[in-house]
Amino acid sequence: MSTPDLAKLEATAKEIRRKIIKITTEAGSGHPSSSMSATEVVTALYFGGFLRHNKSNPRDPKRDRFILSKGHAVPVLYSALCEAGYFTFDQIMTLRKLGSPFEGHPNMAKLDCIEASTGSLGQGLSLGVGHALACRLDGYDAHTYVMSGDGEMGEGQMWEAIASASKYKLSNLTLIIDQNGYQQTGSHAEVLDLRPFDSKLKAFGWETLVINGNVMSEVVDALGKLKSIKDRPTCIVSQTKKGFGILPVLETTGDVNYHGKPLSKELAEKALAYLA
Amino acid sequence: MNIGEISGLKLGKATRDAFGMALKELGGEFPAVVTVDGDVGNSTRTEWFAKAFPDRAFNVGIAESNMVGVAGGLAAAGKIPVVSSFACFLICNAFDQIRMSVAYPKMNVKMVGSHAGISIGEDGASQMGIEDVALSTALPHVVTIVPADANSARKATRAMLEHNGPVYLRCGRIEVPEVYGADAPFTIGKANTLNDGKDATIIANGLMVGIALDAAALLAKEGITVRVLDMHTVKPVDEEAIVAAAKETGRIVVAEEHLMAGGLGSVVASVVARTTPVPMEYVNVGDTYGESGDPMGLLEKYGLTAEAIVGAVKKVRSR
Ligand SMILES: Cc1ncc(C[n+]2csc(CCOP(=O)(O)OP(=O)(O)O)c2C)c(N)n1
Ligand SMILES: [Mg+2]
Repeated sequence: MSTPDLAKLEATAKEIRRKIIKITTEAGSGHPSSSMSATEVVTALYFGGFLRHNKSNPRDPKRDRFILSKGHAVPVLYSALCEAGYFTFDQIMTLRKLGSPFEGHPNMAKLDCIEASTGSLGQGLSLGVGHALACRLDGYDAHTYVMSGDGEMGEGQMWEAIASASKYKLSNLTLIIDQNGYQQTGSHAEVLDLRPFDSKLKAFGWETLVINGNVMSEVVDALGKLKSIKDRPTCIVSQTKKGFGILPVLETTGDVNYHGKPLSKELAEKALAYLA
Repeated sequence: MNIGEISGLKLGKATRDAFGMALKELGGEFPAVVTVDGDVGNSTRTEWFAKAFPDRAFNVGIAESNMVGVAGGLAAAGKIPVVSSFACFLICNAFDQIRMSVAYPKMNVKMVGSHAGISIGEDGASQMGIEDVALSTALPHVVTIVPADANSARKATRAMLEHNGPVYLRCGRIEVPEVYGADAPFTIGKANTLNDGKDATIIANGLMVGIALDAAALLAKEGITVRVLDMHTVKPVDEEAIVAAAKETGRIVVAEEHLMAGGLGSVVASVVARTTPVPMEYVNVGDTYGESGDPMGLLEKYGLTAEAIVGAVKKVRSR
């Protein structure tokens, strides 16, 4: 794999953020801040050569998989898939409208390039374990990436999946925890503090890396490094900021979490100008 | 479409809001009440109680199974835990915990599911509880209540706290018309007759009650008169009211914002079949999942409208 062009990836991330803002403001609901903390990771996976995907055959059994377990952040996924040529911008602008396949949470029954129907938090990593086991059984060199939220790690099922991935030494499985420090009703520290994630995952037998997940070079380095691990599952603790990319704009609202609400038209204009 | 428009009802609060306000108001009178939340107290409105009684409010994070188990323990120790989340996450995610730690040992746990039905709108199917009534009523000992409006939800909240044993209270996200005034009659297990007629009975609950009243108004214009029953308690269901409706009107339509399987329709049908067989029709979500969309558009697409109820009444009368 050739080394990814960081400047190009950063530009793509910026464009993805612009799309996230546009489609959620048009929809009048959704989770832009949860989408933007995850943007560098999703961008690096789809455009940095890490995720081998096939537009003409999205369910190719040999593909790498990306499961968005924190399904409410799906605007980042739709925007990345649009950027990758799966959809036109007009198509994803139908987000959350009646009849649109671009639902408020990912629906794999409507879109082939969506790997899992999520939205009930806590379930994506178990699905990832299933994919990883199946790929190994079938002899495919396919990698499965799962992204969860830090709040989502409160679900017991996440830890059940962590234990089973370790039991089966699933080196073809990577969990990326989007540690943006906030969940629905407050900060991760206030609601249920599960940090530090890396020592907990290590105790379960995983290889871990802690990075600043809003710095593209760190994301690319981490995804590259973990490819060499061949005997256990891997985890990236991706320390991010909710709403990264437009933080100064969100700060003017006095709500640094900005959970589960779109930007008003006015605020969206400011944010888009900031991202110009 | 606007619910209640045809029958001239005025828009009121969402049932989740009425529950949240009532719980906060009752906190002083019921010192044993505590809340257990799963990081969505600002959606279920238990945060209003939590702000007033911070020592009696617990937020265990995004962990519904644990949340229900903790409530079971609190109840066993003499508290009256009110445990809440979106209806789907509460009832579906924690179903075995509800079964083993609440229902089976008859624990005095109050389970409140918000965001029930397809009328939650844009968030889509993953957040819509449309199988919750089937699951809760399947469990022995669990009282299941689906209030029609804010006044009824407020009364139901008190009744739920006064009842000794497990209760599931199902609330909605959106504002719904006021079917009742502040003096809403509410007794667990006792249906309310909101309109009387002789040609058929519409049995409804939740936001379908307002829609049933709209249907009754439309039918009246055509000279068809119907009884409308608010069957707010699905379990224990008001058998007497069902039998009377079957005998006196000879036809029954059941309307609810839930799947066909296991909802109010199934419960009423089993009573009717056993006691007083009469033709029945159903207006519900059917056998499918919801999707994203605006609430009213969804209700129309999935056939939860006054026109659909009118059609069902005509159909049941032609049989
Ligand atoms: C099982 C379940 N419980 C509750 C919710 C409601 N909910 C949606 S997003 C959210 C907070 C998620 O926090 P986190 O995982 O940290 O993701 P972030 O938005 O911060 O990226 C909650 C509680 C849900 N979707 N699923
Ligand atoms: Mg978070």
